[in-house]
Amino acid sequence: MPALSRETVRAGARGVVVTLLVAALIAIGSRNLAHFDAALVGYTFASLFAVFGITYRYSMWLQRPPTALYWRRGWQAFFSRDRLLINLAAWPKRVVGVFALNNFIFRRSRPRWAAHWLIMWGCLLAAAITFPLVFGWIHFQTPADDFERYRVSVFGFPTFSFRVESVVGGLIFHGLVWASFLVIAGVMIAMRRRMRDRGAEAVQQFGEDFLPLILLFAVSITGLMLTASYTWMKGYAYDFLAIVHAACVIFTLLWLPFGKFFHIFQRPAQLGVSFYKDAGRAGEQAVCRNCAQPFASKVHVEDLIRVERELGYSYEMQGVGEGAVNHYQYICPRCRRLSMALAQGRLWQAGRGREVTNRPGIVDVAAMMEAASAPATTTELT
Amino acid sequence: MSVPGHLNFYIDPARCIGCQACVQACTECDTHKGISMIHMETVDRAHSTQTIPVVCMHCDSPTCAEVCPADAIKRTPDGVVQSARKPRCIACNNCVLACPFGVPKMKVEFELMMKCDMCYDRSSVGLKPMCASVCPSQALFFGTREEIEAARPQSAPIDRFQFGNQTITTKVKMMGPRSVAGARPEHLDVTAALDPNPPGRSISLGVLNGSH
Repeated sequence: MPALSRETVRAGARGVVVTLLVAALIAIGSRNLAHFDAALVGYTFASLFAVFGITYRYSMWLQRPPTALYWRRGWQAFFSRDRLLINLAAWPKRVVGVFALNNFIFRRSRPRWAAHWLIMWGCLLAAAITFPLVFGWIHFQTPADDFERYRVSVFGFPTFSFRVESVVGGLIFHGLVWASFLVIAGVMIAMRRRMRDRGAEAVQQFGEDFLPLILLFAVSITGLMLTASYTWMKGYAYDFLAIVHAACVIFTLLWLPFGKFFHIFQRPAQLGVSFYKDAGRAGEQAVCRNCAQPFASKVHVEDLIRVERELGYSYEMQGVGEGAVNHYQYICPRCRRLSMALAQGRLWQAGRGREVTNRPGIVDVAAMMEAASAPATTTELT
Repeated sequence: MSVPGHLNFYIDPARCIGCQACVQACTECDTHKGISMIHMETVDRAHSTQTIPVVCMHCDSPTCAEVCPADAIKRTPDGVVQSARKPRCIACNNCVLACPFGVPKMKVEFELMMKCDMCYDRSSVGLKPMCASVCPSQALFFGTREEIEAARPQSAPIDRFQFGNQTITTKVKMMGPRSVAGARPEHLDVTAALDPNPPGRSISLGVLNGSH
């Protein structure tokens, strides 16, 4: 059996620690399982597996050289002494704009935004209700003096109460119904695009793009069937539906660490990157060693050189003399594009047995005019 | 779906006439609707008519994908390096700065990197990418090796590029001379072409002051 890499062992250990932590929180939050619903034990174990899988994959991801560096840099940029106040002021606006409103997806495409926004809020609402209930962190009790009310206990501590037959009660007890409406609408919009858009058709994959939508739809629709069964059909086929719903939810939980769902946990890195870029813009700029134009922040270019070296790339150049280019990363993207064609021109010059020049194909009109009779082409501005 | 193995993309900037047909046609592609992925560069506008159409070279070991902290850039088994996956890209700009050919474009408003994907909706079913289908001078050519060899007997495709100490091999091929000093050129040394006296971006008119 091949030996496990250090990264794998570290990720596995982190996965075990976080899983045990959540298990301990379940025991504490449900007051030694006193408020734990044994019927939901399948959901609990699926959740714990998902916690392990997500932590493992997140840890593996964080150990990739570029991810590790920018993760560190994001935090350093946020907490840097001279920018902390600015960052703290910018943070709420970015959280609302990026995560609550998804404004960057809105600018990409309205239907994509509608699909994502509905699915995201539907899932968040469902998760906020389901996980605390499954883990026994929230439970409802009828106060001894008022059978018409429910009191909500969080982690065993009594909090607010509400009347069972009230608008608040209806909203709370049907929270998963409202969540499923949001998710189903979003899934329909997303699925329509995947079935009709030729660009999406070319690159989409079943496991990556369709399976998450199918799972979300299955969880939502079987959940609604349960509600319909006990509300209007006197519990018809309730046991069967409960098993089907549980199977859908458990499979979705197990699928969380894989495929598209994992972006939920990767996406917050966008926030760290935005603070890193802010710090870069405010700092010293890297100047292209070829055209002398600034093209990126100096810290970004230097970080990239470090990452490339860690990955085994060797873009070092044999620079000679003061100001010589010693790494290709100091050349701006535009000069790179030009160099390709100039290199091709040089090769053709060599292939035709001509003198190889630095700027093949460039007809230097000014030099030609200088070489010709100067007085005839020179005009003095007076 | 994948790009048929017998079809290749050949580029030849020396043949470009700067008509911009590729730039416009690129916007018609379904995988990046309305946004052109081609860079059309001029080298030194004051002194030369040379133009350069730049498409992705689809590296065998893509630096853009390796340096991506979000693991958002994937190379499909047929060798095409796809645009950043939308759910993952965190718009860090690493790929834009790391690509040795200067290809990826950062769409700041979308917080998304986009790049030439060889019009994957077309090339994956054996059709020419939009740019190659409209290029009048065939500076951008998509077809079989036999076709390009028959059309350009003096040229040979090159898929190895040197950047300092780093060699990069690509799926897309650059046309070069068939023979240099009696031998077939094995690679193109890009960094050797870096101009020790690069042109400025402003235009100076030598006729007015007798200098440039």
